[in-house]
Amino acid sequence: MAHEEVKLFGMWSSPFVRIVEVALKIKGVQYEYIEEDLQNKSSLLLKYNPVYKKVPVLLHNGKPIAESLVIVEYIDETWKDNPILPQDSFERAQARFWAKLIDDKCMPSLWRVFRSKDNEQEKATEEALENLKILENELTDKRFFGGETIGLVDIAAKITVYWVQVAQEVAGVGIISSQNFPVLFKWIDDLLSCNVLKETMPPKDKLAAFFRTHSKASK
Amino acid sequence: MGEVEVKLLGSWMSPFVRRVQWALKLKGVTYEYLEEDLKKKSPRLLNYNPIHKKIPVLVIDGKPIAESPVIIEFIDDMWKHNPILPIDPYERSVARFWAKFIDEKLSNVVRMALFSEGEEQEKAVKESIESFEIVERELFKEKTLIGAGEGIGYLEIILGSFCTWLPAIEEGAGFKVFDSNKFPLVNKWMTDFLELSIVKEDLPPRDRLVSYFQQIRHFVLATKK
Repeated sequence: MAHEEVKLFGMWSSPFVRIVEVALKIKGVQYEYIEEDLQNKSSLLLKYNPVYKKVPVLLHNGKPIAESLVIVEYIDETWKDNPILPQDSFERAQARFWAKLIDDKCMPSLWRVFRSKDNEQEKATEEALENLKILENELTDKRFFGGETIGLVDIAAKITVYWVQVAQEVAGVGIISSQNFPVLFKWIDDLLSCNVLKETMPPKDKLAAFFRTHSKASK
Repeated sequence: MGEVEVKLLGSWMSPFVRRVQWALKLKGVTYEYLEEDLKKKSPRLLNYNPIHKKIPVLVIDGKPIAESPVIIEFIDDMWKHNPILPIDPYERSVARFWAKFIDEKLSNVVRMALFSEGEEQEKAVKESIESFEIVERELFKEKTLIGAGEGIGYLEIILGSFCTWLPAIEEGAGFKVFDSNKFPLVNKWMTDFLELSIVKEDLPPRDRLVSYFQQIRHFVLATKK
């Protein structure tokens, strides 16, 4: 295949960027990673994502794509080896449904717990737990959500849970434990036995230090 | 491929259901339509969409799919003729990006304006206007939307369903987000879109929709007291 220029604009502490990186790695795509300082966004980032001005942004042969799930679908459709979405139409729809649920509901509600002030935290926690329960009920003892190899929902869910594990420890709020979410908890252990995920996650202590600095800064 | 049994759970007042109906029409798919009463959700709806308890739900040989963008992509995957999404992966990504923006930053925000009051409503109205500014400036710059006369695809379905409903929501709820003078490109596109026969042929009557959103508004204000 002719040389294709693939660049990824990211920020090391963003779970959404990691989701895209895992997808690129599964496909064996060579890419250049560009770290963005979100306090001082580059002119390139603003040019390539004028609508949201956020990371991740994938640049392929000079054309930008934003929004992590949109990027992952693009990656899956452009590089055909090791499919990330199921081949069957109905199963694809299920994968999209669950990825959307994680993206639209689970992640934001979890983030609200860690960012909310004391009096709001109880309500935020309740909502986050409800959303996680939905995920927990859907997961089974199967190693992967929809098949024999890691797919879209696995990537999104496992990265979310990894980030939550660190954030909850820093915030001193217990959300996911082996008692209340045994399947999700087990899934996370399993994540670390999956090479592509293990290699792509930032070290927990570095991420924890980042959350600590940021929670101080916002107070 | 054998015939599949297709059912659609919906409501006459939902633009999200209308999206799915347009998609099915474009593909020429025969389906059974089941009207749901959202004030008294049926066991059928709760069974098929236990997580969100919302319409539309598409049921394929007894198996449900929820969330209108997911449903439309499924319809496009399942029936390959008359493609709804672009064929090229990059163009598909642009369509999906904008569809997501419209749903998150317009549909959802206008819904918040409908269901809130005072400062909260003001904030939602302001945000909706900002979103329209982005659409006018960035989406139409891209020339991503095909001219309404040339047919209708994924992004047109998403934006069109929202734009078609908006005037009735605004009138029923008593707030304004869309100024046709401020957004001439969007306005022109909307006007052309409403002339498409697939859109025109079975829109709910305007006064019925306005009355529905007026009722919603009364209910919102009553429960806030």
